[in-house]
Amino acid sequence: MPDILMPALSPTMEEGTLAKWLVKEGDKVGPGDVIAEIETDKATMEVEAVDEGTIGKLLVAEGTEGVKVNAPIAQLLVEGEEASSPAPAQEDAPKESEQPGPDAAIDAASQPTVSSKSDAAPAAPQFTPASDPDIPEGAEMVTISVREALRDAMAEEMRADKDVFVMGEEVAEYQGAYKVTQGLLQEFGPERVVDTPITEHGFAGLGIGAAFAGLKPIVEFMTWNFGMQAMDQIINSAAKQLYMSGGQVSAPMVFRGPNGAAARVGAQHSQDFSAWYSHVPGLIVIAPYTAADAKGLLKAAIRSKNPVVFLENEILYGSTGEVPEMDDFVLPIGKARIAREGRDVTIVSFSIGMRYATQATEKLVAAGVDVELIDLRTLRPMDVGTIVESVKKTGRLVTVEEGWPQGGIGAEIAAQMMEHAFDYLDAPVTRVTGKDVPMPYAANLEKMALPSVDEVIAAVNAVTYRS
Amino acid sequence: MARKATATKARAKSNAPEFTKDQELHAFREMLLIRRFEEKAGQMYGMGLIGGFCHLYIGQEAVVTGITMASKKGEDAQITGYRDHGHMLVMDLDPDAVMAELTGRQGGLSKGKGGSMHMFSTEHRFYGGNGIVGAQVPLGTGLAFAAKYRGEDTVSLTYFGDGAANQGQVYESFNMAKLWSLPVVYIIENNKYAMGTSLERAAATTDLSQRGLSFGIPGEQVDGMDVRMVFEAAQRAIEHARSGKGPYILEMLTYRYRGHSMSDPAKYRSKDEVTTMRTERDPIEQVRKRIVELGYASEDELKEIEKDVRAIVTKAADFATRDPEPDASELWTDVLVEQ
Ligand SMILES: Cc1ncc(C[n+]2csc(CCOP(=O)(O)OP(=O)(O)O)c2C)c(N)n1
Ligand SMILES: [Mg+2]
Repeated sequence: MPDILMPALSPTMEEGTLAKWLVKEGDKVGPGDVIAEIETDKATMEVEAVDEGTIGKLLVAEGTEGVKVNAPIAQLLVEGEEASSPAPAQEDAPKESEQPGPDAAIDAASQPTVSSKSDAAPAAPQFTPASDPDIPEGAEMVTISVREALRDAMAEEMRADKDVFVMGEEVAEYQGAYKVTQGLLQEFGPERVVDTPITEHGFAGLGIGAAFAGLKPIVEFMTWNFGMQAMDQIINSAAKQLYMSGGQVSAPMVFRGPNGAAARVGAQHSQDFSAWYSHVPGLIVIAPYTAADAKGLLKAAIRSKNPVVFLENEILYGSTGEVPEMDDFVLPIGKARIAREGRDVTIVSFSIGMRYATQATEKLVAAGVDVELIDLRTLRPMDVGTIVESVKKTGRLVTVEEGWPQGGIGAEIAAQMMEHAFDYLDAPVTRVTGKDVPMPYAANLEKMALPSVDEVIAAVNAVTYRS
Repeated sequence: MARKATATKARAKSNAPEFTKDQELHAFREMLLIRRFEEKAGQMYGMGLIGGFCHLYIGQEAVVTGITMASKKGEDAQITGYRDHGHMLVMDLDPDAVMAELTGRQGGLSKGKGGSMHMFSTEHRFYGGNGIVGAQVPLGTGLAFAAKYRGEDTVSLTYFGDGAANQGQVYESFNMAKLWSLPVVYIIENNKYAMGTSLERAAATTDLSQRGLSFGIPGEQVDGMDVRMVFEAAQRAIEHARSGKGPYILEMLTYRYRGHSMSDPAKYRSKDEVTTMRTERDPIEQVRKRIVELGYASEDELKEIEKDVRAIVTKAADFATRDPEPDASELWTDVLVEQ
C-alpha cells in the first residue's frame, strides 16, 4: 500500500503547507490526477497521483503547515486493499536520531572526536608518479633552447600521430609570436598548423569540441594572459567534462603558451596562472624550467588522455640545456625533479622561479649551506611525496614562485607540509612570492614586485636561523 | 526612433567635405604632433628608455584627429586599446606626462605604473589604454550606458582594431548597445593587419562596417587617411548616438606604417605596400598639400608649426628622461581605494 508523500517543489524545500485536498477518502484516482495543492513561501503547486488506486486515509488535514517533505500525506489503496491505520511515520523515514545510538556511544568512548557520518567521502585516491626514464647508455646530449625543445616535442608528436594539430594566433605564417611553432607550418601544412582569429574563448572551445570528437589539439595562447579570455571553456568544458559525463567524454588536449611576467609589459600582460589552474580538478598543470623537461613533459602532455595546461615562460624560451637525443624522450607527469641533493634546507620551486632558486642555491652552497633544490615541474598532480621526503631530511622548507602569495603554490605546499610533515619541521615553511600587487610598469617597481635571489637567500637564512 | 532598415550601409559621400582654414591648420598640427611624438617614442625605445611593448600610431593619425574634432572634447568619453598615444595627445593630455608614462617615471599619467598600454585621464574622459584585445568594447559600451542612465548628453567613442573585431565580446556589446539604444560610436581602426594576420586571413567577411547588421546598427566605411572624411562621418555618427538613436559603427580604412609593436619583422606585407601608402595616402601630407594649395599658410608658416610641435616633443622627451622613477612606496599604493 503505497503512501502518497509530501513532494518537494524545489531542491531546497524542506517543508510546506498542505493547502487543499482536491480528493476525499474513497475517491478513485489515476496517474496524473491532481489530488492536492501545496504551498511554500515561494510558490503553489499541485500534487498529482502517481499510481492508480483509491484514496484511503488522508493523513494530513487541509491547511496543515510545516508538513515535511517526504512525509506521507495520504494512503493510496491499490486494487484489493483495505484502508488501515497509518504506519508510524518514523519507520518510513528514519531520522538521524538526536540521541546517539549505542554505536555512537561506543565510538565516542573509543575516540574523543565527533563520529563521522556514514555519508562521509571516501579517502581521495593517492597519485603515485612514475620515475624518469633511464637515459640509454651512450645517448648523446644535445644543447638546445627551451623554445626548440618545445617545437621538437610538438613536431615529433605530430609526426607520430596525425590527430595532433596546433592552433592559435600567429602560430602558422608568422611562425609563432615567440617563434615556438617555427617550421611547423612548413612541415605539416595549414590543415594541421592553424592560424586563428583573435578569439580565444572561441578557438579554445572549438579545440575542446574537436578533442571531444577524438582529435588531440594543441591550443596555443599567445600568452596565458589572453588565455584568461578562454578560462571558462578550459575549466567548465575541458576540465569537468569527463566527470560530468561519468567517464564517457574526455578532452585529450594541451593548452600551452608563455605564462607569468615577461619584461616591462605591465599589469595586464604579466600574470602567473600557476595557482589558478592548479586549483582545478580535471586538469593537469605542468610548468617546466629546463629544456629537457620542456621537451619530455610536452610530449607527455600531448599524449595524455586529459586536458593539460602547459605553462611556459617567455623569459626562459631562449635559455638552453642538454636534452638527450633518443627516439622517444618522454618524462612522467606528476614527478618532481631533485635538482640538487642537500641536507640543510629544502627549496621548492618551478618554472622561472627555479632561476631565482638556482642562483640562490649556488650562493648558499658557497656559503656552506647544503641546499636541497626541488623543481616541481608538474603542479597538478603535485609530487608532495618528494617534498615530504626532503623535509624529513632537512626540516626546513622555502618555496619560490612569481605568483601572488594568497592561495598560491607555496601556500598549498605549506598546507601539505602541515598535514604530512608537521613533526619534521624545525622552522615555519616560508614563501617567497611575487608581491601582492598587480605588476607595475616602472623598471624599479617591477623589479621589486618580482621575487629576487636575495629574498630567497633571506628566507633560507631565516628558516636555518642563520640571520 | 526611425524604423527604417538601419543596417544598410550608409553611403560615404563621394566628395570630401571642405575644411575651413582653421580646421585644416588644426588637423595638421594635431596629426603632426602625434607623428613627431611617436617617432620620438620609437627612438627612445631604441635607446632602452621605454620598455616592454610600444605600439606606434604612425599612419593612423587622421582617425583619432577627425573623430575628436567632431566630438565634444573633454565631455565625450573615449576608450581604445594599447595603440593609444595619439588618442591622448589629441585629447589634450599633457605630452610630458604621456611620455613619462612611456619611460615609467613618477610624472607619468599613471605614475609610471601603467606603461604605454595603460594610461587614463578621468579629467579628460579618456578611459585607456587597454591591453586585452577587444576588452575595451564592452567597457566603452558601459561608458555609454552610464551616460544614458544619468541623462547626460555625452557619447562614448569606442575604438578597436580589425583584429579585435573578431572577439566575441564585441558582438555581445553590439547587441546590448542596440537593445538599450546606448550612445556609443564604435570606431574600427582597420589598418589591415592584426599583428601579422591580414584581415582577409582572419575574417569571414571583411566589410567590418556591416558587422552590426544583424543587430540593426548602421555602419559605414570611411577613408581613414583623409581627416575630412573621418570628421564628416564622425559628425554623422556622433549626432546619431547623441540624439538617442543608439549605436553607430564607423570602419576607418587606415594603415600603420610601423610594425605592430617595436619587435615586428613585418614579413607579412611588402615594402611596396607600405611605401605606396606613405607616398600616396599619407594623412599629414594630404593636409599639408591642401593648406599650401589653398594658401591657408605658407611653407614658412608650416615650418613654424613644425618647430612648435618639435619643441613640445623635445620637452616631453627631456622630461620623461629626467623625471625620477616612482618612489618605492608606490609599489603598494593604488591596489584598492583607501577608505
Ligand atoms: C585577448 C588578446 N589576445 C591577443 C593579444 C595579443 N595581441 C595584441 S595586439 C594584437 C593584434 C590586434 O590587432 P588589431 O585589433 O587589428 O589592432 P592593431 O594592433 O592593428 O591596432 C594581438 C593579437 C591581446 N593583447 N589580447
Ligand atoms: Mg589592425
